[in-house]
Amino acid sequence: MLRRAVEDISTGSDSDYSRSWISWFLSSKGNEYFCEVDEDFILDRFNLTGLNNEVANYAQALDLITDQLDDEVQDELRGSLDVQARLLYGLIHARWIVTARGLAKMVEKYKRGDFGRCPRVLCQSQSLLPVGLIDIPYEKSVKLYCGRCEDLYSPKSSRHGSIDGAYFGTTFPHLLYLVYPTLIPPKTGPPLDGPSNSTSGEGGKRRRGREEMPDVSGTGGESVGEGISTASVALKAERYRPRIYGFQLHESAKLQRWQEAIRDRQVAKLEELETRGS
Amino acid sequence: MEEPEEQEDGYTSSTPTSTLTWISWFCSLPGHEYFCEVTEDFIEDDFNLTGLNSMVPFWKEAMEMVLDVEPDEDAAKIPDVSIVESSAEMLYGLVHQRYILGRAGQQAMVDKYESGIFGSCPRVYCVGCNVVPCGRSDLPGIDTVKLFCPNCNDIYVPPSSRFQGVDGAFFGTTFAHLFFQNYRESAPAPFWKPPASGGSSLSPRSSGARDRSSPFVNPNPYGGQKRAAGYVYVPRIYGFKVSDRAKCGPRMQWLRLRPETPEELDQVDWRGRWIDEDEYEDDEDEQDRQMEDFDPDAGDDDDDEEEEEEDEDEGGPKQQQQHGQRHTNIPPVRTAVHAVRTLPTASRQDGPGATISLPPATGGKVKLVRQWTATRPPVLTGTA
Repeated sequence: MLRRAVEDISTGSDSDYSRSWISWFLSSKGNEYFCEVDEDFILDRFNLTGLNNEVANYAQALDLITDQLDDEVQDELRGSLDVQARLLYGLIHARWIVTARGLAKMVEKYKRGDFGRCPRVLCQSQSLLPVGLIDIPYEKSVKLYCGRCEDLYSPKSSRHGSIDGAYFGTTFPHLLYLVYPTLIPPKTGPPLDGPSNSTSGEGGKRRRGREEMPDVSGTGGESVGEGISTASVALKAERYRPRIYGFQLHESAKLQRWQEAIRDRQVAKLEELETRGS
Repeated sequence: MEEPEEQEDGYTSSTPTSTLTWISWFCSLPGHEYFCEVTEDFIEDDFNLTGLNSMVPFWKEAMEMVLDVEPDEDAAKIPDVSIVESSAEMLYGLVHQRYILGRAGQQAMVDKYESGIFGSCPRVYCVGCNVVPCGRSDLPGIDTVKLFCPNCNDIYVPPSSRFQGVDGAFFGTTFAHLFFQNYRESAPAPFWKPPASGGSSLSPRSSGARDRSSPFVNPNPYGGQKRAAGYVYVPRIYGFKVSDRAKCGPRMQWLRLRPETPEELDQVDWRGRWIDEDEYEDDEDEQDRQMEDFDPDAGDDDDDEEEEEEDEDEGGPKQQQQHGQRHTNIPPVRTAVHAVRTLPTASRQDGPGATISLPPATGGKVKLVRQWTATRPPVLTGTA
């Protein structure tokens, strides 16, 4: 904390420009989900259209982000300015990560597993992507989207749980898989996102058993590549079946049969569309 | 990483605090929060331990340690206390697996459940539904403890790494589900109707607020008696739903979907097929067959073609949608095609020539799919 405070002062004030505000922001704890927005993206006013209505002290907050803030700014303003600068950066970030360059930067973070891994056991530590539930700030915190089970999870850490979801937006993960179809995770088998020399002991342990398996990333039939159909991938998805002494439970088995009938119907529909030459 | 630390903990805190029983000390260790305290009577009853002595090395010494009995004078033959320590842990864990299935154990666990000691489901649309520990196997040494959410019927990795040293067998595969059979008021019902007004799918919290509006009743008295949290995430790009026709479109919503009424569950038979589709078969089937026969590019794949024909014999089920939002007006579906595609190669080796002569009764899509799922490694089915 102390070090952060010291750095905070040094960036704004003196001729010590060794670290920009953005790199300070990115390296501070809890901001691991953010990627670096290119400076020329921020400097292009077109990209900031409308944000001046969202952020108080917009001009000064922008100056702070781009390290052009005057030294004369009073100390009492500086505190609130920092909050506004974070908001402004977050809103710019939401726009940036749906651009081509922004997506590419986030793909790197995704492959590194910076956003964490899916807590669902059968997703086998699939890498997650941040997503907002709403594009308006101060409404909902950030959630994590798993491309394998296509569901949303809350971040494990409360540091991340308090980040505003609007800083990532509702579009981002789906646009990423739309632009990079090769990254769409397979519904079964180990995740594609690199061999993940995993940091978490548990993930590493589980993967150790699979080391004999050839690396399927890129080529294998598991990957959802350009020419491969995803119509029937849902059939490969594993699911958990509750059992008492090995026997399935009436009500949950019934629900699961119903869900699988829904699945089969969707698969049949998609295959029908496909064979008709879509 | 955890293991050596725990062991060291064992030496330091077990010896000096003699007032604390081994069991309560064990249950208070970091990472052992999920365990409840098994009563000594239960452990002392030999019937409850049937079969365990073959699984636990140093059985006698481990029993003495768990029950805080002074060891015999010939304890010196044990080379290292830590071996007995781990045997005692194994013994306690396996007894615990049995204990929590009984009345007293379930009661002890429901107290922990209601105070939220096991945590809540990480899935956003389960809206913080409390979870219970569960194992993926009843045999020790196979997998660590997981958490079962009764709302989404799925299992999750505990959020903290300190639970990664805890064996799932110490909770077993049965406990979680027996628990929700016993405490039905904590088990969400399998159907869910979205609230009529207001609550958009973007606000998961609104489902909780609705709970007070009217008392919830599941017509099945043996089913879950709690109102479920039923929202399913719908991916959107710039506010527009991603179509399932897109390659990256949604494929997994079925996994979390619930019917609006309990009657809809009965529309699927025990084989997983829609019951009311039969009535649509006769009139639609003829049309479909004609389209097939005159399909210009029918000749490119012999295998598929044969399978398609075979399927038509028993009639393609008509798409019949209950959910208005997903209504499709697509003609009857040829089902066997993809089913065969997903089968393991083994069943394909029946020989390409044999395909036509297969009895039509075996051709159902779902049946074949079932066959495929049954070939998964039987991790989940393990029983003691």
